[in-house]
Amino acid sequence: MPELERHSFDVLVIGAGGAGLRAAIEAREHGLRTAVLCKSLFGKAHTVMAEGGIAAAMGNANESDNWQVHFRDTMRGGKFLNNWRMAELHAQEAPQRVWELETYGALFDRTKDGRISQRNFGGHEYPRLAHVGDRTGLELIRTLQQKIVSLQQDDFKEFGDYEERLRVFQEFTVTELAKDGDRISGAFGYWRESGRFVLFEAPAVILATGGIGKSFKVTSNSWEYTGDGHALAMRAGASLINMEFIQFHPTGMVWPPSVKGILVTESVRGDGGVLRNSDGKRFMFDYIPEVFKDKYADNEAEADRWYADQANNRRPPELLPRDEVARAINSEVKAGRGSPHGGVFLDVSTRLPAEEIRRRLPSMHHQFKELADVDITAQPMEVGPTCHYVMGGVEVDPDTGSSSVPGLFAAGEVSGGMHGSNRLGGNSLSDLLVFGRRAGAGAAEYVRALGDRPVVPEDTVTEARATALKPFQEEGGENPYTLHMELQQSMNDLVGIIRRAGEMEEALQRLEKLKERARSLTVEGHQQFNPGWHLALDLRNMLLVSECVAKAALLRTESRGGHTRDDHPVMDAEWRRKLLVCTTSDEGVRVEEKPQIPIRSDLLDLFERTELEKYLTAEELS
Amino acid sequence: MSYQGKFRVWRGDDSGGALEDFTVEVNEGEVVLDIIHRLQATQAPDLAVRWNCKAGKCGSCSAEINGRPRLLCMTRMSVFQESETITVTPMRTFPIIRDLVTDVSFNYTKAREVPSFAPPKDLAPGEYRMQQVDVERSQEFRKCIECFLCQNTCHVVRDHEENKEAFSGPRFLMRVAELEMHPLDTADRVDQAQDDHGLGYCNITKCCSEVCPEHIHITDNALIPMKERVADRKYDPVVWLGNKLFRRS
Ligand SMILES: Cc1cc2nc3c(=O)[nH]c(=O)nc-3n(C[C@H](O)[C@H](O)[C@H](O)COP(=O)(O)OP(=O)(O)OC[C@H]3O[C@@H](n4cnc5c(N)ncnc54)[C@H](O)[C@@H]3O)c2cc1C
Ligand code: SF4
Ligand code: SF4
Ligand code: FES
Repeated sequence: MPELERHSFDVLVIGAGGAGLRAAIEAREHGLRTAVLCKSLFGKAHTVMAEGGIAAAMGNANESDNWQVHFRDTMRGGKFLNNWRMAELHAQEAPQRVWELETYGALFDRTKDGRISQRNFGGHEYPRLAHVGDRTGLELIRTLQQKIVSLQQDDFKEFGDYEERLRVFQEFTVTELAKDGDRISGAFGYWRESGRFVLFEAPAVILATGGIGKSFKVTSNSWEYTGDGHALAMRAGASLINMEFIQFHPTGMVWPPSVKGILVTESVRGDGGVLRNSDGKRFMFDYIPEVFKDKYADNEAEADRWYADQANNRRPPELLPRDEVARAINSEVKAGRGSPHGGVFLDVSTRLPAEEIRRRLPSMHHQFKELADVDITAQPMEVGPTCHYVMGGVEVDPDTGSSSVPGLFAAGEVSGGMHGSNRLGGNSLSDLLVFGRRAGAGAAEYVRALGDRPVVPEDTVTEARATALKPFQEEGGENPYTLHMELQQSMNDLVGIIRRAGEMEEALQRLEKLKERARSLTVEGHQQFNPGWHLALDLRNMLLVSECVAKAALLRTESRGGHTRDDHPVMDAEWRRKLLVCTTSDEGVRVEEKPQIPIRSDLLDLFERTELEKYLTAEELS
Repeated sequence: MSYQGKFRVWRGDDSGGALEDFTVEVNEGEVVLDIIHRLQATQAPDLAVRWNCKAGKCGSCSAEINGRPRLLCMTRMSVFQESETITVTPMRTFPIIRDLVTDVSFNYTKAREVPSFAPPKDLAPGEYRMQQVDVERSQEFRKCIECFLCQNTCHVVRDHEENKEAFSGPRFLMRVAELEMHPLDTADRVDQAQDDHGLGYCNITKCCSEVCPEHIHITDNALIPMKERVADRKYDPVVWLGNKLFRRS
């Protein structure tokens, strides 16, 4: 057996998206030796794909905006299931995090007076999303990447080594966390390029691994989104919350088949785009739910006036929170009023001059032209719902990002609570920065306060290596690609946008069988850059996380945000007070109810009582 | 609308390899990356390729298709004849790791050699004021998805390993230009570009701009203006010639 490569750091950040990079910057600025690990090349994490913008109540476009308004919008968007402390910190700190990016070199689009421009987005009362055209995620990740480089240059000046205190390990996959007693002591994984194993010893690990969307067939997510962080956390003994809430973005491409699911940014609607069915009708007016009636226009004239005069008109219903729009599109298609390829029409061509469309939505223009032969300045797009974001994730302490396992932290999409049952557009990028920074600081504090350093037990390494190599030992077993396709199909069909008890029970049965078959996965070839092997290892995580989603979804007998039950179509205030918590042990996945912490009274006072009555129980209101 | 397409894909590693022939199903609307994925799922499970977004946003899937540097995810099958054999090879300028995956660490090394943004000391976060027209020039360069196709194409390094030391390539010369044109950057980038990043090697052939999937005008908007700024300090015959040829005065 070849010598095991070993490294030792103070803080290990798993993930190089917005959350991971911001966490690493913070830990390094606290003086700790920090490593960042990521599956793709540095700068290619999912964050790079974010389009529309980053939400922060800077008040540049409308002076009435402030953190309280942002907090209210976030809680409404999440149907009050959010961890209110996270929503509070997020709304308060997002502006500082965005301004800080400018000091790292970011160049956002500007207002006339030279400040950061802010655009409209679904569920946000005021124009609030800082953006760069429709490539905001690229700007965010590149800026953070360049900040990391700048810190490395500082170290080079001081120590003659770029990597003295901050090192990036790219194309590296973590397969297991190590513990010393209850405490985290490191992580084990392999270089994707060579397949060689590496052990990292570190007293603190920050999970920033993003989401789980690759378990669904129609998804805007890339191959990286296999729920690794979710699964690593569970196997290390931490708990996940809100796993039943999956966001289906209303507008994914539906044609051609090979691009089905690829995202069409919400900015298209924020900038004036409208949804029409095959009768040419703007159908969203028929789908304004009771709780939002006073905020959304019920006729086209008012909706159209809103773009110019937001003070005196209600918003167009195309800008309702994503769960509402996704369900509406689903209903239209089911009712036979869909577009030729099974979506609806999203049209901006009749709403803005061609020049303006090319300026504001350059990458959408490019994407449709290149991939679908559609010129969005002249024709409508065909769109339909696509699996986009998981609200659920590791249960963390809001202030420090710490999980229940000492030394294990989480931030970004892999953490849970902040977005409740449904995330507002633009609230993820800001979440990454606010809680990435907090997790970095939290981990630094933890390491500072630590007496002895935990060690990695040798049998952890032996076991982790054996698990990773198992697919090479088998012969004539299952093909990982086949299994993956079956998993995606099951989750899509049975635990998708509209759910029923019977279907979810069937999903769980199928998952059991898939788990069984996954034990005999077989891969061909060598350990060197072998995608079949990589998929085989990722499947273990996808199966575990999918089971959490299905089990939690079956238990929650109400409809709320990213969880819609055909057999329990209404929102139930009693359920708002409960979280579903997933853990795993040798006996399998367990899902249990846990009471939600009541919302602090000064935060409740930010809402009108009439609004609270829609969400809270009589007991909570008294 | 499906047909059986003919493909030749380079397979091998740093010790050598060869083109391998495949016949594989092609459906309407597909891109070359879809075909590579179908090969993985059905005929060559260990075929190595990089990709992430499948929408031209991340710059992972760079390769050469029929000898032309392109993104696999943005090259539609409909641009080829059904009878054509399509050859897919890895980027030529970088060392091979396996199959279509190359070692692009050259680029990360060069990125680290460009001194970072130097913000004004007297401005607090939140006090930055810039006009849209002034940020637009650098914003164009920040559209870069780091696919490294321009780096792969530039003849200064494409078949000249020996120039890699002194020449940062179009992507990172453009990064220097981006900082130079940033309205609030306080560092002087002009001498750096010439002395540390090898701007003088570039003879403005524009090959880099031609392959850029983001359609960034690398040569016209970044390299030539930088050369002009250098020329204001020193005489450079290529700029003089370029001005004549392209009638920029
Ligand atoms: C197309 C699209 C558009 C979007 N637009 C917006 C928008 O406009 N505004 C907004 O706020 N949000 C948007 N989102 C959501 C947002 O982009 C994501 O939620 C966010 O970027 C997630 O960031 P992250 O830092 O948590 O993780 P990511 O950026 O996904 O990074 C995860 C990292 O973890 C690494 N990783 C994972 N598993 C392992 C492992 N086992 N070992 C080592 N490394 C691992 C990955 O390699 C990667 O580096 C969009 C999402 C998509 C898909
Ligand atoms: S213009 Fe300059 S950088 Fe671009 S390909 Fe030609 S020589 Fe290389
Ligand atoms: S400048 Fe264009 S070709 Fe070069 S790396 Fe950037 S996106 Fe790719
Ligand atoms: S996969 Fe992202 S650019 Fe091709």
